[in-house]
Amino acid sequence: MIGAGQRFTPLQRLLHWLMAVCILAMLFIGVGMVSTVMPKYLTLVSIHKPLGIAILVLALVRLAVRLRYGAPPLPADLPEPMKLAAQLSHYALYALMIGMPLLGWGMLSAAAYPVVLFGGAHLPTILPQSDSLHTLAWNAHFYLAFVFFALVLLHIAAALFHALVRRDGVFEAMAPVSTHHQIAPAE
Amino acid sequence: MAQPRQSPARSAFGSLVLIAVIIAGGATAFAYTGGWFSPQRLTPDKFVEALTPPTGESLGRRRNHAKGICFTGVFEANGAGTALSHAQVFTRGQYPALGRFNTGTADPNAPDATVRVRGMGLRISTPDGQEWRSAMVNPPIFPVSTPQGFYELLLASASKDPNAMKNFAAAHPEFAAFGAWAKSGPWTGSYAEERFNGLNSFIFTDSLGGEHTVRWSLLPAAQPVSVSPDDLAKRGLNFLEQEITERVRGGPQDWTMVVTVANSGDPTADPSKAWPEDRRTLEVGTLTVQQIELERDGPCRDINFDPTVLPSGIRTSDDPFPAARSSVYAKSYDLRTAEANDYPRTATDAKP
Repeated sequence: MIGAGQRFTPLQRLLHWLMAVCILAMLFIGVGMVSTVMPKYLTLVSIHKPLGIAILVLALVRLAVRLRYGAPPLPADLPEPMKLAAQLSHYALYALMIGMPLLGWGMLSAAAYPVVLFGGAHLPTILPQSDSLHTLAWNAHFYLAFVFFALVLLHIAAALFHALVRRDGVFEAMAPVSTHHQIAPAE
Repeated sequence: MAQPRQSPARSAFGSLVLIAVIIAGGATAFAYTGGWFSPQRLTPDKFVEALTPPTGESLGRRRNHAKGICFTGVFEANGAGTALSHAQVFTRGQYPALGRFNTGTADPNAPDATVRVRGMGLRISTPDGQEWRSAMVNPPIFPVSTPQGFYELLLASASKDPNAMKNFAAAHPEFAAFGAWAKSGPWTGSYAEERFNGLNSFIFTDSLGGEHTVRWSLLPAAQPVSVSPDDLAKRGLNFLEQEITERVRGGPQDWTMVVTVANSGDPTADPSKAWPEDRRTLEVGTLTVQQIELERDGPCRDINFDPTVLPSGIRTSDDPFPAARSSVYAKSYDLRTAEANDYPRTATDAKP
């Protein structure tokens, strides 16, 4: 059980929940935009690009904060396979939060599309124009999006499992506000 | 002894069910957003499939306007366009242009004389790092009013039902104007003699924030000479490419870019409707085509002439086509770049 005070810092919790909203929106916008030809396609694309860059920046900040402040330890009684799953899934989530925007940016670069954010501001290209690089980045971006969403679902399921079934303080460590009601003693 | 409110086992079971419901709900919402429960949704994949010619997919090629040839040149703005848009491309000066002449067919081997529509893809780049891409065609109006209508046109054209086109035309009365042009409009023997029309409307924003809904066209400097399709057929399968290559070798070819401004109430959302002749027009510059290169060696091959790649100062209007074209062009681009090995490159095309 995670003891009182063993929570992520307020900055970490803020970043987590802000990014949770951004990433969920991003995944739904992505899967929606590639399946329509209606005018909302352009609206969705015009959100997808700057939001992706915002997620990249937030993820890098978050990584730095994580390296600086660390994370509360997992409960000692958590079975080893679950500990391992928790650690690996978090590595994967960080890799995707940073990798997906880079793949999207790289994919646009390799296709020689201008990478436009709001108000005509544009980013430099990060890959040379290339059929094969475009295809590589596109495929990775597309398939990893589904992996990302699956991981997000797994992450939510695990968080709820900790909150509702194990009641071991893991969820409370990242909860946006201190829930603070007594944790029921083991019966 | 008070009864426990709930046995721990049942409580845990209830929680697990709740978790399962939440996760299943999330997955379902995602699938719904992706259109997996909406077979009627008009997707880019459907368009690409409907564009497949009877000869089969042309791997490594654009899924429509598959046959084309690259050019490079310059757009010289005369400065007049700054009255309508603050985009740098209208500021007096010369800006590099890259483009592609093409025929409006999904079959890259279609003889030139059999293809009614001719087009031009164009990209103009400005020093501020912005780009203006467009893809124009030679008919004066688009065949249909909506992307849905265009999809139905593709299905009807490919249908084996002898009444398919008749039924389509009956359901889409706007198609008659295009049909009349296709039947009686002039054919020419050269890309250089074609007028290329943007057809879709866009919104120009001037430096004071004023907005103007416009369409644009490129008017050829060369005098069009009408030639019958039968006579064109005698010129060979690829006469358009051969002719423009020779013509530009002999001297650069010019087009004047003309912007037409809509009055309020004009059909800005419907490219099948021409605007009245008396609308304000403005000559904003000249496109000069200086060099022709075969597509397989040229710089246009890997460019997607997506009409929604626009500089600040130009944006899309209520016309639904640019969005649909952008979505479908992207799909076509993703496919053809993935099929690059199937593209008939030349032996000398050993790019690093």
